[in-house]
Amino acid sequence: MVQARSILSSPHSEFQIVICFPLKLGPAILGFPVAYLVAHRPKTIRDGDGDKLRISLFITCYNDLLFPETGKSIVRLLERLGHTVEFPMEQTCCGQMHYNTGYQEEALPLMQRFVDVFRDSESVCIPSSSCVAMIRDHYPKMAAAAGDAYLIRTVEELLPRVFEFSELLVHKLGLEDVGAYYPHRVTYHASCHSLRGLHLGDLPLRLLRKVRGIELVELANVDRCCGFGGTFAVKNGDVSAAMLAEKMRDVEVTGAEVCTAVDNSCLMHIQGGLHQRRAGIRTVHLAEILASTEEVASA
Amino acid sequence: MAQNEARDAILARIRSSIKQSRIGFDPPSAPMERNYQRLGSRDSKERVELFAERLREYDARVTFTTPPDLCDSIGQVMGKVQSHTQAPRAPFWIVADGFPAGWLPSQQSIRWESSATVDDLNRCAGVLTICSVGIAITGTIVLQHGQGEGKRQTTLIPDRHLCVIRTAQIVETVPEAFDRLATAATHPLTFISGPSATADIEMTRIRGVHGPRQLDVFLLGE
Amino acid sequence: MTVRVGDSASAPSFQKAALPLLDDSQLRKNVRHATEVIQRKRALVAGELPDWQALRDAASAIKERTLLRLDEYLLQFEAACTAAGGRVHWARDAEEANRIVIDLVREQDAAEVLKIKTMTSDETGLNRALEERGIHPHETDLAELIVQLGKDRPSHIVVPALHKNRSQVREIFREQMHLPNLGDSPQDLTDAARRYLRERFLRVKTAIGGANFLIAETGSVCIVESEGNGRMCLTMPDTLILLAGIEKIIPTFRDLEVFLQLLPRSATGERMNPYNSIWTGVHPGDGPRNFHVVLLDNGRSPILADDEARQTLQCIRCGACLNTCPVYRQTGGHAYGSTYAGPIGAILTPQLQNLQHAQSLPYASSLCGACYEVCPVKINIPEVLIHLRGRITREQHSSLKPEALGMRIVASVFRSRRRLETAHRLAQLGQKPFVSDGWIRRLPGELSAWTNVRDLRAIPKQSFRQWWKETHHGAK
Repeated sequence: MVQARSILSSPHSEFQIVICFPLKLGPAILGFPVAYLVAHRPKTIRDGDGDKLRISLFITCYNDLLFPETGKSIVRLLERLGHTVEFPMEQTCCGQMHYNTGYQEEALPLMQRFVDVFRDSESVCIPSSSCVAMIRDHYPKMAAAAGDAYLIRTVEELLPRVFEFSELLVHKLGLEDVGAYYPHRVTYHASCHSLRGLHLGDLPLRLLRKVRGIELVELANVDRCCGFGGTFAVKNGDVSAAMLAEKMRDVEVTGAEVCTAVDNSCLMHIQGGLHQRRAGIRTVHLAEILASTEEVASA
Repeated sequence: MAQNEARDAILARIRSSIKQSRIGFDPPSAPMERNYQRLGSRDSKERVELFAERLREYDARVTFTTPPDLCDSIGQVMGKVQSHTQAPRAPFWIVADGFPAGWLPSQQSIRWESSATVDDLNRCAGVLTICSVGIAITGTIVLQHGQGEGKRQTTLIPDRHLCVIRTAQIVETVPEAFDRLATAATHPLTFISGPSATADIEMTRIRGVHGPRQLDVFLLGE
Repeated sequence: MTVRVGDSASAPSFQKAALPLLDDSQLRKNVRHATEVIQRKRALVAGELPDWQALRDAASAIKERTLLRLDEYLLQFEAACTAAGGRVHWARDAEEANRIVIDLVREQDAAEVLKIKTMTSDETGLNRALEERGIHPHETDLAELIVQLGKDRPSHIVVPALHKNRSQVREIFREQMHLPNLGDSPQDLTDAARRYLRERFLRVKTAIGGANFLIAETGSVCIVESEGNGRMCLTMPDTLILLAGIEKIIPTFRDLEVFLQLLPRSATGERMNPYNSIWTGVHPGDGPRNFHVVLLDNGRSPILADDEARQTLQCIRCGACLNTCPVYRQTGGHAYGSTYAGPIGAILTPQLQNLQHAQSLPYASSLCGACYEVCPVKINIPEVLIHLRGRITREQHSSLKPEALGMRIVASVFRSRRRLETAHRLAQLGQKPFVSDGWIRRLPGELSAWTNVRDLRAIPKQSFRQWWKETHHGAK
């Protein structure tokens, strides 16, 4: 079980992380992953508005085609919570793959498109921390580099309304218990962008802990990259595979049935490796766990 | 001359690069913010204790002493070392020029630095000096190689370094040490934090590579 | 002008160089062990300082400001060092630096020289140049000695022999030091190195080293070390020659109070390393009579023009980014084919060479961001990596490269809803030959790099937007 909640109130510092840095698995390291996540938690926590919201879903390009279940789960969950979900059909892609691979000129029109599509949205929900990091970290720079005053202003105004999925639930809606039921042994993989890009900290874990029936098990070396890295997984396939092998070992020793995360991109990579090894461990996006209820489970 | 040519070429390239950069025309000129901690928060007793604790963590040996007892303290440490030495000739100690003569133990064979050769430094039982500043947080002794502190190689070649520090010389933080050293900025300075060490083989810390393998510090109270 | 960075101009791509290393399980075990130990120690002692982030901010600001007035600070350093009895030389590239150093050694009629660990001299290929002129360099840092005697290459900027374990070191020492009965404990090996080198310290009268910091205000130099080999080289010889990159300048003596807190904690996980030496020119009666500093450009000055990448030159060579990097962890340093390995090497090496070489290095990263988090001078390495990928794509690659064409096609699909929806249908249909039991196990071409080690779940029959249209049609 995920423990060591007493340190949840610790201030932001690297300190706790490392005191229990896991060299080898052992009792001394219990609590390390939580300590790391806590150390990386966001500094400001907003209260929920309580009101019913209109939430625009930016599904992201790869979730749209490859992981529609994640999107459906978000829609089901948010509607169950009484909110209205909108899906602007003109949306496509945030431009991250192009931008990070070195095709920044190709990414610019995709960024302009995103801004056009979502500039009037009340809140934008994005189930992919790397896409949110792309938007937060790089859009302002791209707009500035483009020298377009309108774009600069629009990006600046839009950013505070853009939420990663777990941020939306905890920060915007003020929720941790979303009434989910998921009777499985689950381990949580913290993606690099969620940890070091968005500083989500333990937000996803706070949501998971409130899920009924769930058995949470800690993943060792939770701060270590799984080796996906976008086009890195193909351009440096062999090194990526070596990184994946270590991550899979860490996942397997947890004895979990399910590995979850807030990024399907990492999960696609981990799932692909596990499936090839016939490890019998599934991967699902956090949204799919939170959308599960006793009715769904028994259906 | 080739040297002036190289110098001018490098400076010209630097200037043209800075000019090309966005920020180059307007480098920041406001004073830089230094929001790190300058001053320590410990009282003098805690500061001295921390200093001693950090030194011990480096495997240095620490002796608390007072002015009347200092001679004996030094003599005792020297005596212990001698009994462990198996050198055929009687061991002798090198003392930094300017070290207070009144602190020298009478029983020991002493040679002043100015009359010692490199070979003497290589064969002696150890070297005895004072120092300029101690830094508690890092367990560091700073030598500015003035009177009583020895030349730089004097505290390097011998196998053991005995160093006397007055507790008033100990500061808590690194910035406080730099405040004290401000007037000595162009002196040769050596920061010593424990005996020489390496971890180059499998990250295993081994004490004593080329500098002294033993460090003895005498903390002299008021 | 030929910029040279070790042998990186002729090194194979990172991808190719990584392959044999990934198969070397001993090397990978050694690298994992060493980096884990340093990481753990670093994190502990960095976490101890409540003002760690403020120190990082200050260090970054000092370095940034210095770079923007680098010409002034270099001149200030030259004047102060010269006034204190030192001599300052300027080298445009590696070859010029080596020539200056060799001429200075020859002035002393020296046939052998002592060397303090200096990665800058590895960058310029100094040892080879010395040997070609009949001058034998003795590396005196334990790790560098292991590398030199083992006819190996450094694999880490702080711990160059971290890829060797004790029994491998013992074999090298046994053979090269003629010690058939040498034990393999780190203590035995260190003692052997002490005896081997002490005779040389007392005999050889010329030393060559690098510098951690050059202080403009005073003309002083600071060298940070652990073993005492540095102090030996700085004080025993008659002649001391330092080779230092122009970015090693800091403005004032007081600035050291920042860097001497950050560097040891970041590099070796110590609160302070055993020895820091600071000195100014020649000190009569104490240390060398002849003191030279060779300021090396070798591709650094053009980097100042690049606003996104200039921060690369803030680096103080602590190696923390190597230790934390999950890619370095798998391959060790040799895959980078350069003096500078790991994340910092991946951005520094290609830039020094104006992106003409080492073009694979900016891609040798999953952009996980661990390096940025530990960097004591806050170099945003992932940001620079992405920026360099962009420059390589724009400046070096043909726009007809298959990857570039593919990227343009995908971008064009993403620019139109209609094209995207058509592409979805094509993908759902087109995958059929590759799918069995709901999984894709083999993909053609470049994508086989994916399916070699990972299966891919088949594309679902219905995309999210198709489902939305079906279920929420008319809801907008």
